[in-house]
This record gives sequence, structure tokens and C-alpha cells, in this order.
Amino acid sequence: MNASAVAAVSPCWSCKGPVATRALFCSVCGAVQGPGAIDHYSRLGMTPSFDIDQDQLQTQYFGFQRRLHPDRFAAKSAREKALSQSQATALNEAYETLKDPLKRAAYLLGLLGHPVDLTACGTINDRELLMEQMEKREALSEATTPEQVAKLAMENESEVIACQCHISAAFNSGNLDEASHLSIRLKYLVKLAEEARSKKSRITRLP
Amino acid sequence: MLLQLHEPGESPAPHESERGLAVGIDLGTTNSVVAVARDGDTEVLRDADGKGLIPSVVYYAADGEITVGQDARRMLLEYPDRVVSSVKRLMGRGTEDLKTLAGTLPFKLDVAADGGMVRLSVAGRTLTPVEVSADILRAVKARAEAAQGKTVDRAVVTVPAYFDDAARTATKDAARLAGLEVLRLVNEPTAAALAYGLDNAAEGLYVVYDLGGGTFDVSILRMEKGVFQVKATGGDASLGGDDIDHAIAERFLAERTAEHGAETITEGEAKQALAAARVAKECLSSRREGDWVIEVDGKPSRHKMTRDQLEALAAPLAERTVGICRNVIEDAGIEVSEIKGVVLVGGSTRMPLIRRKVKDIFGLDPLADINPDEVVAVGAALQAEALTIGSDTLLLDVTPLSLGIETMGGIVEKVIPRNTPIPVAMAQEFTTYQDGQTAMAIHVLQGEREMVDQCRSLARFVLRGIPNMAAGAARIRVTFTVDADGLLTVAASEATTGVEQQVAVKPSYGLTDDEMANMLRDSLVHAKDDMEQRLFAETAVEARRSVLAVQAALKVDSDLLSDAERKDIDSAIGRVDQTIASNDRDAVTAAMEALEAATKTFAERRMDRGIRAALAGVSVDKLDDALGE
Ligand SMILES: Nc1ncnc2c1ncn2[C@@H]1O[C@H](COP(=O)(O)OP(=O)(O)O)[C@@H](O)[C@H]1O
Ligand SMILES: [Mg+2]
Ligand SMILES: [Zn+2]
Repeated sequence: MNASAVAAVSPCWSCKGPVATRALFCSVCGAVQGPGAIDHYSRLGMTPSFDIDQDQLQTQYFGFQRRLHPDRFAAKSAREKALSQSQATALNEAYETLKDPLKRAAYLLGLLGHPVDLTACGTINDRELLMEQMEKREALSEATTPEQVAKLAMENESEVIACQCHISAAFNSGNLDEASHLSIRLKYLVKLAEEARSKKSRITRLP
Repeated sequence: MLLQLHEPGESPAPHESERGLAVGIDLGTTNSVVAVARDGDTEVLRDADGKGLIPSVVYYAADGEITVGQDARRMLLEYPDRVVSSVKRLMGRGTEDLKTLAGTLPFKLDVAADGGMVRLSVAGRTLTPVEVSADILRAVKARAEAAQGKTVDRAVVTVPAYFDDAARTATKDAARLAGLEVLRLVNEPTAAALAYGLDNAAEGLYVVYDLGGGTFDVSILRMEKGVFQVKATGGDASLGGDDIDHAIAERFLAERTAEHGAETITEGEAKQALAAARVAKECLSSRREGDWVIEVDGKPSRHKMTRDQLEALAAPLAERTVGICRNVIEDAGIEVSEIKGVVLVGGSTRMPLIRRKVKDIFGLDPLADINPDEVVAVGAALQAEALTIGSDTLLLDVTPLSLGIETMGGIVEKVIPRNTPIPVAMAQEFTTYQDGQTAMAIHVLQGEREMVDQCRSLARFVLRGIPNMAAGAARIRVTFTVDADGLLTVAASEATTGVEQQVAVKPSYGLTDDEMANMLRDSLVHAKDDMEQRLFAETAVEARRSVLAVQAALKVDSDLLSDAERKDIDSAIGRVDQTIASNDRDAVTAAMEALEAATKTFAERRMDRGIRAALAGVSVDKLDDALGE
């Protein structure tokens, strides 16, 4: 208790007095503070959960940026400009992570002590997933008309949505192994969607 | 404990009245415009004839005099080798970029210069595009000062959203050379959206389609309660009305060749043909046909053209903008049907062909109720006011192009993908590939392609002092930081030892710091004073902030001080105030240090009290009052 109480207060860089470690501004002198090491959900004032209300996320993000963006500090001292840039940078990172279901799932897994590495483009361990992805990729490469590609993309899109629902259910029932497993699946579905998109624009553009 | 009454980050800047005026400048390829905003009302600053557009054309006379604007443009036909136009197309360009531009530029280039930044040879002088742009900006500044009867020393300057880092840096350098502090570089379509959105209380998804003389930009923005959030942006930094002029001029010259046989034409005749082509193009926006005269070797010839013929010539260009729009819609992850409006910007959007194309892509009649020539400067002026006085609006922009690093095999590893909101910082880890490797070359690139030679090289630097380790053991973390101006800084560090190196990305095609210093010296007699004054202003801002901070602390915690201690602090404050008035930077710094020393014990007692309060579990929540919304 004592240690955490002490950790909750640190000196304001500007007036040197006590300021709550998580405060954005010093309540005495008004100076903007550094972003601090808090998680993305807390930074945007959101409850940690996979289910996120996108409108609320956006409102929170805009609200914080309105107060912390460097444009609000253009006439301030160099130090305040630099701090606001770090604050805005941290907000952008939090927003970009929470906005995207795949990044959000991976981030939340890490936060819950069950990290999953989605950046590693390793092999798929899961046989079923492997077969499924190979089939889809083959179908995409055989598609020749924009309509065929669009149809595949539509099918894929509904799987993306279903997969997100399953991830949500896994998180809600506390089954993190399952959430992690499904996140890897989501990663491949998203990648396929991207490939379908670029293939579609490639063949549409041909005269 | 008292709660604050104002929003800390949003209080108006004090001492604003001491400063010169802040304006918005659209530094265009073809035309530049300057505007000013007061309480949200904007005004484009015009010449005596009421013209807001200042042609971005500079005439360098034999006696060294420099003329900018309409008068310079008039000299084009008489002294083609003394007149520079469309210099924006060369900003941040290297000599090797010119291969692709060769033949399309009305410039004489200084071929002696190898590598590095392009240089122009004009009237026997060698000039960089940065210097020519600075000459334009000086004229713009002079117009604003004449119109307002006040010094203008700060500006928001707009750049094409699709400008890369080198071109942005070059623009900022040009402003500095012209004696203007750049408050912010704002993307042209974003500025246009700001002007448009505020005027029309627009909400929802909007597209800004900006086709000017030399550049094409398209941005998709979400406008919501004063926030302008760019979802995606795209474009082509060398696509515009100039290209159509070339196509027309070539056609006219080909018609002559068919009639008179091959002719060699001079640079002046080429410029004149381009000027005629441009007049033809602009006329055909309102007329269906006409004829125009060009002259080679003293022999005039008359050329007929219809709008249909023009449209056939311009069709490939229009199609390129359509392709770019489609990509940007995809990047934004939206459906065309969600778009509520398309704002047209730039002189070339007056072409009926372009209006039809825009309607085809977006299925909407474009909005053009703000003058498309002036809307960008108006937005810049609004932003200049927001940055200096304050405002309820907020621009949230993105990086237009991906940023990355060269890895093995000439492949570019992306560190920051395009359309990432700025400011942003992202890091990537790399490792050594040889045993005992103590240095690593870092090559910074910008662009969407996979291979190094298809992307634009921004800078190279070497991280040295990597400890002797086996290949693959070192952990080199490269961090890319893009600030709110869209400018990149790269830092590299080795994780096991902490060896660190930071570079503001500058060299490849920019001016070196030395060159910049020399130019400042040469071009501006008062450059040194100017610089010193700016440094003083910065120190004064800092000093005022620290005085205000101590005063705020005294207000809540003065009971922690004895009368004598309080007196000491008050007199230290008095000395800082005095030195600020004295205009002596060193004195201010010394007085600030003295104030810091005088308040040291006070600060310690305040911290003690704060921690004790926190231990008692009472006031943390109060301290937290400024957290979040
Ligand atoms: N009525 C018109 N019809 C067609 N093109 C026009 C018309 N008026 C201006 N333009 C073209 O617009 C371009 C200049 O647009 P502008 O927005 O001022 O450019 P920039 O932003 O590049 O300075 C020139 O290529 C000019 O020929
Ligand atoms: Mg323009
Ligand atoms: Zn403080």
C-alpha cells in the first residue's frame, strides 16, 4: 500500500511539486506531463476487453488528442512541445492498436499474461488451418475475373467476422488458449483479404 | 486543493501581442496565396488590383534585382533564361531524379553539380530550388506585411500531402531563409478540408481532390465536431496541369514540323509555346474551340484545337488520378457510398473533363463553393490562428508514404506504413550479419515498393561502436519518429550496450547545415540578429513558464515557507522578470538558474507533503483530477 501510494506521486517537471503519476497535466501549474507507462486501454480511458465500442473509442481518442496534440502547444516552451508530441504519439499507438481487432486481440492477450507472437511469419502448426489457407490461396490465384475475386473476398469477409465473434467468446469465457489460437487464424484471414484486395485492383486496372 | 479553472493545454498563449502576425501560405507550383485569420474570419491578402494569386515565378535581373509574381511572369518571353517557374517540382529532388523529369521541365540545370540537390543555372547564377522558393516566400511575406501594416514572422506553410520527407524539409528551409518561422507544415488537402468544413459545418466522410499545376493529391477525411481526421491520402508529386500544357505544346510543335519541316527551338521559344498551350487549355474550359499562335524562328503559326481534342490529350492524366483515388478509397477502408462530399481544389479542377471524372468515381457532384485557388491558403490561415491564439478544431493527419530501412538483398523493410496517424514513433530490431561487426550502415527509404532502387533514398548513416559479438547477437533497434510536420528523425541504438545515434533525416537531397548557415548569412543581412532574437524568444517563453509555475506553487503551498524564504523566492522571480525585459539571453538563463536554486527546498517540502498525503490515501484522487475526460 505504502509503496504504491509513493509511486502514485512524482514531481512535476515544471513546478517540481507532487503530481499524480498518471495525470496528464499538473493540477498546480498546469504543465503537460509525460505519457507514462500505462496500458493502451487506460490511456484512452477504455475498459480492457476485446469487445470495444468503436464510436466510444473514437470519441475518447479525439477527446484526449484535443488536449494533448502538439498543435495545442505550438506557442509553448520546447519542453512542453516535446512532451505533447510524446503524449500524442502514445495516443496514436493506443488508438491504432485498439481499433484493429487483430492487433487488439494480440495486445489484450499480452496484457492478460498470455502473449502470442503474430509478427513471426512462422509456419502454421495447425494442420486444419494450414489446409484451409492453402485451398483459399489456390482459389484466389485461380480467380481471373474481378467478380470471382469479389466473391472470394466476400466469403472471406464473413469468416473474418465469425472469427472475431469466436475470439470475443473465448475472451469472455476466459479461454485464452482458444483466443490465441483464433487470433492466429484471424491473422491469416486478414492477410488473405489484403491479397484479394490487391488482386482485385490489379485485374480491374488492366484495360 | 483548488481545481484549475481553465483547460491547461488550451489556455491562450500569453504575450501573443508582442509577436508579429502569423499567416497561412499556400506555396503552390503555379501560384502562391497568403491569407490571415482573425477570430475565425479569414481574409486573402490581395494586391492593389485585388488579385490574391501570386504567380510562383521569379525574375532575376542583370543588376541582381529579384522580381516575383505577375511582373516576373511577364518577363518570361523576353528573358526566358532569367525567369524561373514551377520550381516546386524540384523541391527535395536529387540530380538523379531528373532523368524521369528531363524534357518536361522549363529549367536550365547546372550539370556541374553531381549528386545531392538539384541546382539551377539562372542569369549566370547557380541557385538551389530552396533559394528560389525563399525568394517567392519573401515576396509573399512582403505582400502580407504591406496589407496588414505589421511584421509577419510566422506562418503555416502548406505542402502537397504526397510530398516526401526531403521536399518537406526543403520547404521548411526555404521559409527559414525567407525569415519566416514555420509554425507547422500542413498538408494542402487537409488545409482545404479545414476551410471547407468550418465554413459548411460539414460532418462525415469527405474527399478532397486537389489537382494543381504540378501536383495531385487526394485525401479522405472524417470530419466530426471540429476534428478533421485524415483516414488516407495519396497522390503524385509530379502530376498536374503542367503535364497537359506539355502535351498541347508538343502537339502544336508537331503540327509545325509537319508543315515547315524540323526546326530547332530555343529555350525561350519552348517556354513561349508552353505559355500558349496553357492559355489554350484554360480557354477550352469555358469554350468549345479556338486557335492560338506560337512562334519559332520569327515565324508565327496558328493552331486550332477543340475541347474534344484537348480531352483526348488530357485523358491519360485524368485516368491516373482516377486510379489513385480508387487506391485511396481502399486504403481508407471505406465504401464509396459512405462519402458525403467531394471538395475540389486547384486550378486544374476547372476542366470539365476532370469534373466529369470526379463525378464518375464518387457518384457525387463536386463541391466548389470556396474558390479552389484560395481554399488552401484560407485553411492554412485558420490553422495559423489555431496554433498561435487557440481554437476548438483539431487536425489529425497521417504519413503519406511508407518509411523503411534497407536490409539484406536490397529489400526495404517497412518500419512505418503509409497512412499511419502522426505524430508516430515505431521501432524495428535488426542484427549484425558478420562476426565481430562493429558498425552498421543504416539506409533510410521512403516509398511503397519492395526494392531499394524503387524507393526514394532519404538518408544514410552509420551506427558505430557495436561491441564485438557473434553474427546475429547484437540487437540494433532503429526508431523512426515522425513529428506533426511529417518530418522524420531516425535513431539507432544497440540494446546490449546502449550505444546510440540519432539523425534528423536531412542530407541526401537537402541542404547541409553548413550550406543553410551560409545562405542565411548571404541572403539576409540580419540573419544573425534574427536567429539570436528567435533564440531569445524561446528562452523568454521558457522563463515565463517557470515563473508562472513557481507562482502557481506559491498559491497552493506558501504555508511551507518562512517569510525570509518567501522573500528570497520573490526576489528571484523579480530578477527573472527584469532579465526578460533586458533582452539578454545569458542573463535570463542565469536568473532562471538562480530561481531554481531558490526554490529547491520549497520543492522538496512540497513533494514531502504530497507523498504524505498520498500515504494517507486521501488526495491521490484529487491529484488525479486532470486525468482524462
Ligand atoms: N480555367 C482553367 N482551366 C483549366 N486549367 C486551369 C484553369 N485555371 C487554372 N488552370 C490550371 O491550374 C493550374 C494551377 O492551379 P493552382 O491550383 O494554382 O496550382 P498549384 O497549386 O500547383 O500552384 C495551372 O496548370 C493552370 O493552367
Ligand atoms: Mg495548390
Ligand atoms: Zn506543476
